[in-house]
Formats: sequence, structure tokens, C-alpha cells
Amino acid sequence: MRALLLPLAIAATSVAADIPLDKRLSGYEFMSRETRALQDDEATGPAVFALLDGEALWKPCAGCHGDAASSMNGVAARYPRFVVSKNAVLNLEQRINACRTDKLKAAAFAYESKELLALTAYVGRQSRGVPIAITLDEKTRPVLEQGRKLFFRRQGQLNLACAQCHDERWGKKLAGSTIPQAHPTGYPIYRLEWQGMGSLERRLRNCLSGVRAEPYAYGSPELVSLELYLMWRARGMPLETPAVRP
Amino acid sequence: MARVVVSMQPTAKRGDVIEIRTLAAHPMETGFRHSQTGELLPRDIITRLTCTYNGVEVFRADLAQAVAANPLVIFTTVATESGTLEFRWTGDNDYIATHTAQLTVV
Repeated sequence: MRALLLPLAIAATSVAADIPLDKRLSGYEFMSRETRALQDDEATGPAVFALLDGEALWKPCAGCHGDAASSMNGVAARYPRFVVSKNAVLNLEQRINACRTDKLKAAAFAYESKELLALTAYVGRQSRGVPIAITLDEKTRPVLEQGRKLFFRRQGQLNLACAQCHDERWGKKLAGSTIPQAHPTGYPIYRLEWQGMGSLERRLRNCLSGVRAEPYAYGSPELVSLELYLMWRARGMPLETPAVRP
Repeated sequence: MARVVVSMQPTAKRGDVIEIRTLAAHPMETGFRHSQTGELLPRDIITRLTCTYNGVEVFRADLAQAVAANPLVIFTTVATESGTLEFRWTGDNDYIATHTAQLTVV
């Protein structure tokens, strides 16, 4: 009987801390008017060169996938997801690299390389406005639960959990910046602080070093599970890729 | 490869003020920074952007070290006649980028 009750109790506490679905806000809502204008500027926004690079990098992919505007529409909104050929949950960057190595017999792009960010941004761009839809099944659920555990786990020298800022203190200030709700609606993003493009994993590693924890490696199961949890947490919210963030 | 993006309306009414948005991919290295090993990074910036409208210069900007990377320059001109707008960015290390855009005035 106790064994039955315990998981229920854990589920109940984590649900209580979640932001209600109708109270969720994209990071866009926390930005200044000027930064919003940068994201809204489709023709000359700061991410435009990444999109142009991505369009050029798409050429070999078009052999199978054809026109990205139709074949990639909605794809980015479904990642991370379980990929049968790899028997693992992959994020979009890993999926693109798996396609490159397995189908194109080309070298994988390095994490955070200009090429991988550009191609991911270009693929993500085709899903702009599409609601995030994560598939929950027996393959993804354990990964999601691991991500949820990490989100609520205190870590680092500052002994902080993601949830303490992003669930409990969103809208308040951390130094000069407003704490957003951590909904990854627009990755890869052009971040003004970086003066360039970066992935969700880069952002997560930023936060981890911010609480003085050792950041998980790029592509590690920990980061992918956190990505999956965060995308599930943002389910139904429209994708903004490539977003601009301060 | 110098890359630039220009965004403007393709048609306008005679006498309209039209907005032209230009973006150039460029690091705009100031010449004041040092590398991790301590050497001074040489200056590498765009120094000038000009726009000619049917051969007549309508806009010129001198850019300096304080301008951010990938400079976005937005300016306006009056649509007087149909024709070609030519944009030309020049800078350090023989940097040249050009772009032409057509404007139809009705």
C-alpha cells in the first residue's frame, strides 16, 4: 500500500508547483519593446544571417526532404522525441546530425557550431507559430520524468533548483534581469548577451554555471531530458524560432 | 563572402517617404581589444555605407568603432522616380559589399 501511495504523493507535489497552463508566458512577454522589435523584424532581424546560412546548408537535405517549408513544417515543435533508428530520445540538433551521418554519410556538425545552429534555426523557422506538441509514450515518459527530477533538484554551490527561479519567482528580478518562466519556445535563439546564436543546451549550461554547478556536457542524457521536460512544460505554446532574447 | 540584406518596399507613390533597412554581416572588430594571448586584435570595421538612387547619392554614413557587429542602418528617402538603388559598404581590409534594389514609382 505504501509503495502505491508514494509515487502519487510525489506527482501531487510537483504538479502543485507547476505554473497553471493559462498563466504561462513566453520569454517574449518579458522583453523590452526594443528587443521585441528585433524579434519581430523578419527581414533584417539579427537571426537573419543564420537563416540564410541554414537555407544554403539545407541543399543536401532537400534530396530526401524536398522543400523545407512543407516537409519541415511542425517538425521542430515535436522535438525532443524518440527516434527509432537510434533507440533514444534525441533533440533536434542530434536528429539533424543523425540524418547527416546515417543518410548523407557526411560528418556531424559540432555542437554550437555555426553550421548546426544555422541548420537547426532554418528547420525550426518552418514551424514558427506551430504549437509545441511533445509525444508522451513509454519511450519518452521515463526521460521526461528524469528531466522533471532535474528541474526540481537543488544543485551547485548556490544550491538552487531550476524551479526555484522559474516556477516560484518568475517575473521578479535576478540582478537587473527579469526572471522568465523558462519556456523554450524559440530555440535556437539569437541572444544579445552572446552577440550570436545559441541552442537551448547552451542556455541550460549557462544557468548551471550560474548556480555554480558543473554543466552537463552537450548532448548528455541529462540535458536532453531537461529539454524534453521543458518543451513538454511549454506544450501548446507557439514556436517562435529563431527568437531574440536579451 | 560579404553578405548583406536590404529590405524596402518594391513600389511607392511619387513623393512618398520610403524606409530602407540595411543589414551587413560584419564582425566590426574595434581594434581596441586584445586576444586571449594578449595581442592587440587589429581594427576591422565597415567605414562607409552609401546609397545612390539612379546615380545620385541620397544617403551616406561613416561608421566607426562604436558600431555593433552586423550593423543595421535604417534610413529614408523620397520616392521621386522609378529606378535603381545601389548600396555599397566599404571598410578595412578591402571590404566591399554591394547590393542593388529596384523601386517602381507609380
